[in-house]
Amino acid sequence: MSSNAAAPATLISQALRDSLNVWGEPQVSHPVDCSDLRRWAISVYWPDKPPKLFWDDAYAKTTRWGGIIAPREFNPFAWPIDRPADRMPKPAKRAVGERSMNGGQKETYGVPIHPGDVITARTALVHMEEKVGKLGLTLYKSTETRWTNQKGEFVRSRISISIVY
Amino acid sequence: MTYKVYFDDVKVGDEIPTFVKQTDFMHWNRYAAINDEFVYIHMDDEAGKNSGNAQGAFGMGNLRWAYLQNMLRDWMGDEAEVREMSVQYRAINQKHDVLTCTGKITEKKVEGSDNLVRLDLNVIDQNGKGTTPGYAVVALPARK
Repeated sequence: MSSNAAAPATLISQALRDSLNVWGEPQVSHPVDCSDLRRWAISVYWPDKPPKLFWDDAYAKTTRWGGIIAPREFNPFAWPIDRPADRMPKPAKRAVGERSMNGGQKETYGVPIHPGDVITARTALVHMEEKVGKLGLTLYKSTETRWTNQKGEFVRSRISISIVY
Repeated sequence: MTYKVYFDDVKVGDEIPTFVKQTDFMHWNRYAAINDEFVYIHMDDEAGKNSGNAQGAFGMGNLRWAYLQNMLRDWMGDEAEVREMSVQYRAINQKHDVLTCTGKITEKKVEGSDNLVRLDLNVIDQNGKGTTPGYAVVALPARK
């Protein structure tokens, strides 16, 4: 399909429609390690020094958290062992419906992540809507991911909006 | 412990201290390394152009998200917490952009034992363009 092909009438395939509100199998993280949190904090504050709460356990014990916690935006699912070969292909020029961008996100937080925690995630497509805008026919897909820890406590919900055009 | 701001001491209309970063491959590569976000559009100018950005590779939305979290943390201190945050990515983070994260208090309310403050957020580029409008709800400690 070339980029000059006629625009499709819809970007919502039957497979996509069938996946709406169907929660996927749970994914389980590796145990969170102190070094994961220290490196994360260094990276997002680079080149400045990150807060002690994320790397200095003696200091963190004096806070209400009782020890080191993760930055709210920390991702314990980075660096999975199983990696599909086409996970992040190099983009060529793409046709209508094959291009996408990150439209935004909303996160709601529960208990913080501590070193040693094992996080379980489940994901579902929860909303989709098509519009015709300046990008032409555009599909807005909202995907929710819910995280809980090994105690079953709510950690985070993220609703990500993907814009397909 | 570090108390930086109390619920009692803030009011609607207050602007919190900004968080400023000039970003380029050094920042994006570091973020890619911790978030395993080695995506060609953030690493390769040709890939960025193919995705529609004439200036080439561009920064991650997730990194702007982290910068907004940094701004909130730096303002609130370690005894407070972010409860909710939402943004829209309206413009691209180009190489060498100077990103200024901003926050302005729009609401205060007490729910049960929680002292909640809502803020409007944005990430403004060096041309004054708002790239990432959104909001956050944070829980602050109260003076005894």
